[in-house]
Amino acid sequence: MAFISRGFKGRRRDPDSSSRVPPGQHTVNDFPVLSAGPTPRVDLAKWTFTINGEIDQPKTWTWDQFKSLPTEQITVDIHCVTKWSKLDTAWTGVSVDTLMEGVETAAEYVVAFSDGGYTTNMPLDEITDHKAWVVYEYAGSPLHPEHGGPVRLLVPHLYLWKSAKWVRGLTLKNADEPGFWESNGYNNHGDPWREERYWGD
Amino acid sequence: MARGTVLGRLGWRIGEVAEITAETPKVSSVAIDVPDWPGHLAGQHVDVRLTADDGYQAQRSYSIASAPEDRRVTITVERLDDGEVSPYLVGELRSKDKIELRGPIGGFFVWRAPGDRPLLLIAGGSGVVPLMAMIRHRAAAHDRTPVRLLYSSRAFEDVIYREELERLAAADPTLDVRHTLTRSHPDGWRGYARRLDRQMIDDVAWPAQPAPAVFICGPTSFVEAAATLLVDHGYDPGGIKTERFGATGG
Repeated sequence: MAFISRGFKGRRRDPDSSSRVPPGQHTVNDFPVLSAGPTPRVDLAKWTFTINGEIDQPKTWTWDQFKSLPTEQITVDIHCVTKWSKLDTAWTGVSVDTLMEGVETAAEYVVAFSDGGYTTNMPLDEITDHKAWVVYEYAGSPLHPEHGGPVRLLVPHLYLWKSAKWVRGLTLKNADEPGFWESNGYNNHGDPWREERYWGD
Repeated sequence: MARGTVLGRLGWRIGEVAEITAETPKVSSVAIDVPDWPGHLAGQHVDVRLTADDGYQAQRSYSIASAPEDRRVTITVERLDDGEVSPYLVGELRSKDKIELRGPIGGFFVWRAPGDRPLLLIAGGSGVVPLMAMIRHRAAAHDRTPVRLLYSSRAFEDVIYREELERLAAADPTLDVRHTLTRSHPDGWRGYARRLDRQMIDDVAWPAQPAPAVFICGPTSFVEAAATLLVDHGYDPGGIKTERFGATGG
C-alpha cells in the first residue's frame, strides 16, 4: 500500500498552473534568494563576458559591447531545486545563440563561470537553439545583485542552479566537467520534469 | 568513504516520529527514528514528503538539527501561518506517526570536527538550525575548536535552543554564544538589543587572519548584511559559506 501521511490534507493547485509545476515543486509569488557565499561586488568598468575553451579565438565583450547586442524578451517559468517554482517570470537579455554566432567548436559541453568562483556545467546543445539567455533585466528593471546582477545565465528548462548568477563567461569543453553544486551532491543534468535533483536521481 | 557521502540514489525512507519538542511558540523539533539512516554531516538537510489520502504530495527541505553522533534525525521547523507543510509538522504531526524523508543532502554548507581553525557562526531566526548541528557535533566529538555564535532573534521567547546553548556554553569556555534581540527584550537583558551591525561584528568576529571558518544562515536580508559586514571586516569572500531562506518556505 502506498504511504499516506496521517492527517495531511495539503493545498491543491488549480489544474491550469498544476500542469506547469514539475513534481515536488510548489509555486511562490515572491522571489527567494539562494547562493553559497556573499554577493560579489562587480565593477562594470572592468566587467567582461567571455567565451573561451575549445575555440580558436576567445570572444570577449565589454559591458558597453554586451549591452549593444540584440536583445530578446523572455517570459518563462523557473524551478529551483529547493522546491519553489515561479511562473511567468519576465527577463530581458541576449540569447546564447547570439553570443555563439560564428563560433566553430567541436565542444559538446560547457561550463558557465561566475564572479565569486561559482561554476555549473551543461551539454552545449542544452543552452543553444533558443534554450538559454544571458539576462540583465528582470520584470523591467536592472537585475538586482542578489538575483545575479549585473547579468546571469537563464536556462529555464533546467533547475535554477544551472542559471548561474553573476556569470562572466562560458568555457567550451570536449569533456563534461561537474560544476560547483554538481560536485556537492546535486544532479549533473537537473531536469525538473524528471526530478533530477541529486546524485543518482 | 566519508560519512555522508552518497553514491547511489537517495531513496525515500519511512521514519517514525520519536518525539516532538516545542522550542518556541512557533518552532518545534521533530526527532525521527529512520531505519538504515546512512549518517549525515553537520549542516546537511533532508527532504520531507507528505502524501494525502488521494495521492496529493508536497515536499520541502529542512536542515538537520541533530549531531551526526545522534542516533535519531532531528529537524527543527518554524510554523509559517500561510504554509502548506510546516503547519502539518508543527501542529498535526504526533509521536509514533510515520513520515517520509530522504537525505542527507548538500556537500558544501557542512562542518566536520575536529576543526582546523576557529569557527564563526552567524544565525538569524531559524537559520540557527544547521549551525546548532555543528555545535552539537563539536560537543559530541569533544572537539575544542574555538567557536563563536552570534544569534539574532526577534524576542527572548523566540530564541530556539536557548537553554541548551546556555548549558553547553557554561560547560565549555571555548564556546562563546552572543545573542541579539531585534524587536523586544526582557528587563535586565545583557545581550545586544538591535539589528546586526558593524560594531557587533567588530566585537564578535575572529580576526580575518588566519582565516576562520564562517557559516551564515538566516533570511536573505540578514545573510546579505552579515556577509557584507564580514567582507568589509577583511574576511575573504571565498571563505564565507551562506545558506539563505526566503519568506516562502512553506
